[in-house]
Amino acid sequence: MHLHFLDPYQERRSPIHAADARIKLVLALAFILTCALAPAGAWPAYILLGVLILVVEMFSELGVGWVLKRSALVLPFVLAALPVIFTLPGEPLFRFSIGSWVLQASQPGLERFASIVLKSWLSVQAAIVLASSTPFPGLLAAMRAIGLPRLLVAVFGLMWRYLFVLVDEALRLMRARSARSGYDQPGRRTGGSLAWRASVTGGMAGNLFLRAIERADRIYMAMLSRGYDGEVRSMPMPALRRTHWLVVGFGIALLAFILLLANLFKG
Amino acid sequence: MSHHSIEINDLSYAYPDGHTALRNVSLNLAPCEKAALVGPNGAGKSTLILHLNGILAGQGQVKVAGLMVGKDTLGQVRARVGVVFQSPDDQLFSPTVFDDVAFGPLYQGLPPDEVRRRVDEALAAVRMAEYAGRVSHHLSTGEKKRIAIATVLSMRPEVLVLDEPTAGLDPRARRTLINLLAELPITMLVSTHDMLMVREIFPRMVIMDEGRIVADGATKELMEDAALLEAHGLEKL
Repeated sequence: MHLHFLDPYQERRSPIHAADARIKLVLALAFILTCALAPAGAWPAYILLGVLILVVEMFSELGVGWVLKRSALVLPFVLAALPVIFTLPGEPLFRFSIGSWVLQASQPGLERFASIVLKSWLSVQAAIVLASSTPFPGLLAAMRAIGLPRLLVAVFGLMWRYLFVLVDEALRLMRARSARSGYDQPGRRTGGSLAWRASVTGGMAGNLFLRAIERADRIYMAMLSRGYDGEVRSMPMPALRRTHWLVVGFGIALLAFILLLANLFKG
Repeated sequence: MSHHSIEINDLSYAYPDGHTALRNVSLNLAPCEKAALVGPNGAGKSTLILHLNGILAGQGQVKVAGLMVGKDTLGQVRARVGVVFQSPDDQLFSPTVFDDVAFGPLYQGLPPDEVRRRVDEALAAVRMAEYAGRVSHHLSTGEKKRIAIATVLSMRPEVLVLDEPTAGLDPRARRTLINLLAELPITMLVSTHDMLMVREIFPRMVIMDEGRIVADGATKELMEDAALLEAHGLEKL
């Protein structure tokens, strides 16, 4: 039995899915970079970026709702930006106190916080569309093609490959545990103490860790015996056609234009 | 006992990805009967085994030791059916052999003396009494297999279910295991590819293929049916 829920890739027949992985990777990175560089409070630019990613989502046939639901993932992380509201100096909005602590929210602080939330939300959407419309091996090939260090890409690839193996292994362990988690006589307290259950779980985690190390050793030996010398080689990808370059050029120009607008019309 | 040890009635199961693994399987095992489950890889043997203690739940009826396998009986069912998985590494998840064998009884909430007695008894049954303090991680495959069997024997199950117990064992470990299985006086359903072992210790043989039971009868007779064995990827000895 195998797990597929970890794999974000969603099979569809859309122009976004069909597009070359290198183009998608470059444009997604450029989009995220644009979001990151756009100054705080550049609302018109955020709207343009939002429309842009929305159009891509519609073309990708992933379903806008589906992407938005996944993008909720970003919410817990934006909490880290919460202090900004109270630490930036500026026109005070409201204040409240926790014990002897007085917190004062400022207008620029709130603006900065809203900008950070919007920007990370937009960036995450781009990453979701990229990962859901490109099979992971294609993404790896694209990373190599655009010049990411080969060793790093190889580590990503191995991690991806064995993450599933490890999850399967963990599931089999848990299945074996539940197969023996029975009770016969009614009225007897079952399940043991919390500390005991924790120690069993700890044993399982340790087991999994040991096995991961041993497996890594075996994999390395298998790689060595097939001639691995520390250098990762791969098949060359087909050359990009002229239309590909045009799409990349147009995309980057558009993003640069939005960035320019953002700097002209901020706050 | 008036009930069958294993009663499966018209059981069908499809994995979440749509692949059908069991089709209308029916099977009865009398108390203390020993039956072998044979068939090619992917025939549905392991899937069937996972139904016997409610880890998978398909359509149809599964009764074990007189208990209907269902959500509310899971605890009792798992105490009465000992499933030994194919890979002993999955079965042995505790730091020491003792902890692993004690897991079932401890989970059942038995008092410490009783737990110790159960562990001694189970380890003695698989001839591994002196291994209690060892780290299971460093044992040989044959030793791990026997410990894995001890981990369920300590629950004193009524039914023992094993998935390919002799796979990957050297001849001596295999011989020890076969002798052990032959002498354990409980109901046994064993999925295997080891036809020699089937002929030696299992009077009854159930052949599965493509999720169905295609033959169920006396091992002696089925073993003579070269055409049947050939049709389901098995070899006549």
